[in-house]
Amino acid sequence: MTKYLIKRICYLVLTLFIVASVTFFMMKLMPGTPYTNQEKLSADQLRIMNEQYGLNKPILEQYWIYIVGLLHGDFGTSFQFNNQPVLGLIMSRLAPSLQIGAQAMILGSGLGILLGAVAAIRKNTWVDGVATFFSILGISIPNFVLAVLLQFFLAFKLQMFPIALWDGFSSSILPTLALAVAPLANTARFMRTEMVDVLSSDYIELAKAKGNSRWQTVAKHALRNSMIPVVTIIGPMAVNLMTGSLVVENIFSIPGIGEQFVKSIMTNDYPTIMGLTIFYSFLLMVIILVVDILYGIIDPRIRLSEKGAN
Amino acid sequence: MANILEVKNLSIDFKTYAGDVHAIRDVSFELKKGETLAIVGESGSGKSVTVRSIMGLLASNAQVKGGTVKYHGDDLLKKPEKEMNQIRGNEISMIFQDPMTSLDPTMPIGKQVAEPLLIHKAMNKEDAMKRALTVLDLVGIPNAKERMKDYPHQFSGGQRQRIVIAIAIVDYPQVLIADEPTTALDVTVQAQIIDLMKELQRKIETSIIFITHDLGVVAGIADRVAVMYAGKIIEYGLVDEIFYQPKHPYTWGLLNSMPTLDTAGKLEAIPGTPPDLLDPPKGDAFAPRNPYALQIDTEEMPPFFEVSKTHYAATWLLHPDAPQVEPPAAIKTLMAKYDEVAPQKVGQTDGKG
Repeated sequence: MTKYLIKRICYLVLTLFIVASVTFFMMKLMPGTPYTNQEKLSADQLRIMNEQYGLNKPILEQYWIYIVGLLHGDFGTSFQFNNQPVLGLIMSRLAPSLQIGAQAMILGSGLGILLGAVAAIRKNTWVDGVATFFSILGISIPNFVLAVLLQFFLAFKLQMFPIALWDGFSSSILPTLALAVAPLANTARFMRTEMVDVLSSDYIELAKAKGNSRWQTVAKHALRNSMIPVVTIIGPMAVNLMTGSLVVENIFSIPGIGEQFVKSIMTNDYPTIMGLTIFYSFLLMVIILVVDILYGIIDPRIRLSEKGAN
Repeated sequence: MANILEVKNLSIDFKTYAGDVHAIRDVSFELKKGETLAIVGESGSGKSVTVRSIMGLLASNAQVKGGTVKYHGDDLLKKPEKEMNQIRGNEISMIFQDPMTSLDPTMPIGKQVAEPLLIHKAMNKEDAMKRALTVLDLVGIPNAKERMKDYPHQFSGGQRQRIVIAIAIVDYPQVLIADEPTTALDVTVQAQIIDLMKELQRKIETSIIFITHDLGVVAGIADRVAVMYAGKIIEYGLVDEIFYQPKHPYTWGLLNSMPTLDTAGKLEAIPGTPPDLLDPPKGDAFAPRNPYALQIDTEEMPPFFEVSKTHYAATWLLHPDAPQVEPPAAIKTLMAKYDEVAPQKVGQTDGKG
């Protein structure tokens, strides 16, 4: 297991390096400069500022300086936010994003598993029909549409929640709901399909033959076996949540990391773009690693083949 | 000998889009304490459906049209689900056909074997695990103690079937239903499993209903045999009576198509296919495939004719007015052997009960 982890971490570092390099060069291809009122600047002013930010050097040299800095844990300083270090900037904006992301993930996958399981157990009844209908609805409606609708009805009309801004748990509820619907619908659909399969398998028949009641059978045997494939979609779902949160954060004016990402791209804030890309990639790869480990915990057959591989 | 289980006039339909399939048509049999009853028949003859109805594990589109399944005098078909749960895996348990898919892939086998004890007996986890270990030893899992925490995929097919058997017997059931327990195994392992079941039957004094389409297996384990065709029992009797004095042409066909040491050249087969049970024939369902069929076979269902006190067959050929027919040569050879084999064997069977 340790050996496996070390291997995975080495891959992670390598992948991060590749992501950093590719992003660096692609970013340089973007039109414009980091300066807001470029056309009013004289050639001299531009030269001085380029020198100050190190943008006058050849691109390869800039790349080298950046990578060396990165290896020392230095993500550079932001152009747009008063020369704050990028790392500090990310950290200060991280909490709200992580909170709504994690809440949406837990709520979405948890309810999704439950809904899918109930739909499978009550297959071909009205319960199943209703669950399937809402799953399809949840997958079809983009989260930003939902966010605006929630905002309008629950916050503006009914005044149950704050309309926007970031002020404690109550203001995290609507964005969480908006973000949770897609993962909920996806998990429910997956869970239902898988559970229907599992429920018709021989070991479920045997579990019933042992004298388990219907719910005991589901709890002890069907749930865990149905969750094996569901775990695989949690990774991609987390990615969707991360990218999806950009827009939703904007709608609710949450000072999150997604909002900052958009701003930094708009203003060509190179160090912030780089820092955030690397950070996102890192988060993503950690999630995938966690999912893989989770997979092994749920399915003993995978655990063994891992042992065999080492 | 007391009857532990009595199935009477059982009829079961399956609802399908094409209509109602009459899978079980008026089936009656009884199981005596300590005996092994084999139910033989080809695929689709209704063997599995019959035993599943005893367990209360019928598919959701199955409908019991009539009849009773009496266990110690109580009709199992009328029992509420809650009471059935207490009987299943406790007093009546079942061994399934395919050991590769019958075990939960994500649960250690020790826990799976102990599960019926935790459900039915007021046993704590530790005692249940101990008993599970004893039973795993009993069914012949090597190093059972170390392997309790292993998962099904770490065992071979034969070992998995032993584990499935361990699950079925861990509560010392009164009735053990084995639904083709050896079909998915290769022949040498089959023999081991049969021997194991016979040994276990002696040790825990259970009655067994053994379902199979393999007559060789029947000869090795059964006391009595019921032959099923198209949802009906068409002949039943002591194992030697069925093997050496068969009366129904379908039983002849089955025995004739079983390879023996004397089989030379081509293996015989029964021509044709079983009837469509959406619309079962009026008379004897086997008539269209039966070279000995009489006119009446297509018109009226034959009743059971008594051959001996223990042997009955539903064929018009046994009617006093029926013409004498010559069974196939291979069957005649078998019949000739009856006198030398049977009397002493029949005595043995009686002694057992």
